[in-house]
Amino acid sequence: MASLLGRFCRKLVVPGSAHGSRMVSTTACDSEAVKSLNLYSAINQALHIALETDPRSYVFGEDVGFGGVFRCTTGLAERFGKNRVFNTPLCEQGIVGFGIGLAAMGNRAVVEIQFADYIYPAFDQIVNEAAKFRYRSGNQFNCGGINLVFNLPSKSLLLIRLLFIGLTIRAPYGAVGHGGHYHSQSPEAFFCHVPGIKVVIPRSPREAKGLLLSSIRDPNPVVFFEPKWLYRQAVEEVPEHDYMIPLSQAEVIREGNDITLVGWGAQLTVMEQACLDAEKEGISCELIDLKTLLPWDKETVEASVKKTGRLLISHEAPVTGGFGAEISATILERCFLKLEAPVSRVCGLDTPFPLILDAIKSTVNY
Amino acid sequence: MAMWFARSRNLVSILRQNLGLSATLIKRNHSSPRPVFTNYQLSSRVFLDPSASFRHESTAVETQPDLVQQSDHEDDAQELDFPGGKVGYTSEMKFIPESSSRRIPCYRVLNEHGKIISDSDFIPVSEKLAVRMYEQMATLQVMDHIFYEAQRQGRISFYLTSVGEEAINIASAAALSPEDVVLPQYREPGVLLWRGFTLEEFANQCFGNKADYGKGRQMPIHYGSNQHNYFTVSSPIATQLPQAAGIGYALKMEKKNACAVTFIGDGGTSEGDFHAGLNFAAVMEAPVVFICRNNGWAISTHISEQFRSDGIVVKGQAYGIRSIRVDGNDALAVYSAVRSAREMAVTEQRPVLIEVKTAMTYRVGHHSTSDDSTKYREADEIQYWKMSRNPVNRFKKWVEDNGWWSEEDESKLRSSTRKQLLQAIQAAEKWEKQPLTELFNDVYDVKTKNLEEQEVGLKALVEKQPQDYPTGFHI
Repeated sequence: MASLLGRFCRKLVVPGSAHGSRMVSTTACDSEAVKSLNLYSAINQALHIALETDPRSYVFGEDVGFGGVFRCTTGLAERFGKNRVFNTPLCEQGIVGFGIGLAAMGNRAVVEIQFADYIYPAFDQIVNEAAKFRYRSGNQFNCGGINLVFNLPSKSLLLIRLLFIGLTIRAPYGAVGHGGHYHSQSPEAFFCHVPGIKVVIPRSPREAKGLLLSSIRDPNPVVFFEPKWLYRQAVEEVPEHDYMIPLSQAEVIREGNDITLVGWGAQLTVMEQACLDAEKEGISCELIDLKTLLPWDKETVEASVKKTGRLLISHEAPVTGGFGAEISATILERCFLKLEAPVSRVCGLDTPFPLILDAIKSTVNY
Repeated sequence: MAMWFARSRNLVSILRQNLGLSATLIKRNHSSPRPVFTNYQLSSRVFLDPSASFRHESTAVETQPDLVQQSDHEDDAQELDFPGGKVGYTSEMKFIPESSSRRIPCYRVLNEHGKIISDSDFIPVSEKLAVRMYEQMATLQVMDHIFYEAQRQGRISFYLTSVGEEAINIASAAALSPEDVVLPQYREPGVLLWRGFTLEEFANQCFGNKADYGKGRQMPIHYGSNQHNYFTVSSPIATQLPQAAGIGYALKMEKKNACAVTFIGDGGTSEGDFHAGLNFAAVMEAPVVFICRNNGWAISTHISEQFRSDGIVVKGQAYGIRSIRVDGNDALAVYSAVRSAREMAVTEQRPVLIEVKTAMTYRVGHHSTSDDSTKYREADEIQYWKMSRNPVNRFKKWVEDNGWWSEEDESKLRSSTRKQLLQAIQAAEKWEKQPLTELFNDVYDVKTKNLEEQEVGLKALVEKQPQDYPTGFHI
């Protein structure tokens, strides 16, 4: 026990929600400083904070040292040193495997896969190793974090989480148009089928910073997909301080009565536009950002559909076997008698993602 | 005879230290410069002393015949400056041959009759250590035999023996410090045995009962123990190699006097993770010892169908990793090689590759209980290796010749171990299994809502239809 504590013990954090991450207000107080940032800068800020607050955290991946191909890791190597922020060989299975080893020794490994399209060589390490590391060892080992439960004299059970560890895998996902087959993929559905990991997708700069910090500090391995289309496109007021947005909590970002729309990531900007268009025709849309796909917040979606009676899910990934199918099946089970219409999915076509020139992009209307 | 040699070497070392005699007192027969540790370095006090600051010199590496022979066409004065450094050029078009004219020789200390080969380099092993090593090798043999029988009797679902690999298991474990983190493949229970895992604990995991640290979730032989710094076995091959690189790096960053030690079979070196693991360890300068157990077979696949290189040892240089080939039937050689590799890894912060082959550690047993190797090997072949290349017998002869072990000790050990094992198995078999709730724990740090719902559903089902579930099954 003592050796276990010695290895993993670092900081005590009082528990928050049942899912463990601290509940923090998602809106910044007026007195808090905010800055107008794009997505990659918000992510960069989150990484700076993560490395600053935890001396045992590491950021690495291909080309991460000079700032990364999307500038997400700018300034980290200069500030925290090449021992903690470094380039790796071109080998995704090695990157994730190495990260698992680091995390299993009580460190936070924030690993970057250059494009989600290239995550597959690491799939074995993610599915067979990271996801099962804790379970298969009977909780003797993990690459996420550790829980200790003490029975206090007052007979209350206090859950003390010793946070320190964590494997987070970040990867840019989604279409930009000129990416073609291998720089545009949305592979989230593959990972949503893996018990033991979490899958998180932010929709905007402010969300990204809070969700990334939660993911890094979550005691489970997390796959964090960043909508690359928004890296420069999206600009938002982002609080400068250290804040976390809880995982597995969906958010109703627009209230409405006639239909529930569910999405995540870059698709929400498209859906927001669709909501405005629908409003002109007198349709009131309720829009939900799922944020965490695994484990996902069924209650929020269920409550919304029970109110509106209709559900439409939209994601960039191909429709067949996409995560929308899971949401549809679950909501059908829970809200069948309340539904006025079949659950609708407006998703990607069942093709490899083709090259889309800018001129045609605007007509691709999901 | 062997004892006299060993004593004479120690005598000389004492003389050397006290009288400052020159190293030429011991004549060496070989012409090429040999990797030698000075007797000062070899003394166990120094090796066990974590603050020892001596470094293995790079001359500890065998000078290898050059891959490319310098030719008349080569012009040293002219060099090309490329990323990666300066390199001379040649106008002779010459391909590096696919294999060296000479296979990498195998390091051994004990001959087949259990005698120390004269003038061999090795790290002396005390009586206490040698006896312990032998006892553990014999215990491993008994354990393997009995668990294997238990599986054939249907008492456990699966088993994998380490028959023929006892020296690799025990001698390597003996050469490590308890702080070294071990990432096994799956044929290294002897390492865990050496570190103190009890026969009862092995049995509990095989029976998947309530006392199993793995909580009954995995197949037998998937042992793991954080207390013993032995990471839980996982079935996928070679996945532990890049993880070992990460662990080695973590130990380096913590400035620990420890390294990562990871095992792989000959087949596993074909996996991408082998390449990933070695390359990362080399680039990150991580203290990792990679030990490849080359027993010649990956289930039914002979090594001629696995790779076309001279085994695994030659692959080390491709990654910039120091490597050695060792006789796996020779416990003293394995001990010395692993000990040296471990010290190199820690003091020089670099990975080291050891191919434990030699006339190979022959995999006398089947791959596992799901295999009948007589289907792809001649029974005679198996018999030959069983008798003449048995690591346990070879080491036993040496220990006996030193007067440290007797037949009486032997029968006492084997019968008491056997008895203990049978008792352990009986107890483990009776012990109740994990409650159903453990099925849903540890998927995440905290049970998620979907798991809570599923647990409720499953409990209701079990209560409703108890006849569909085994007796003794409890929630």
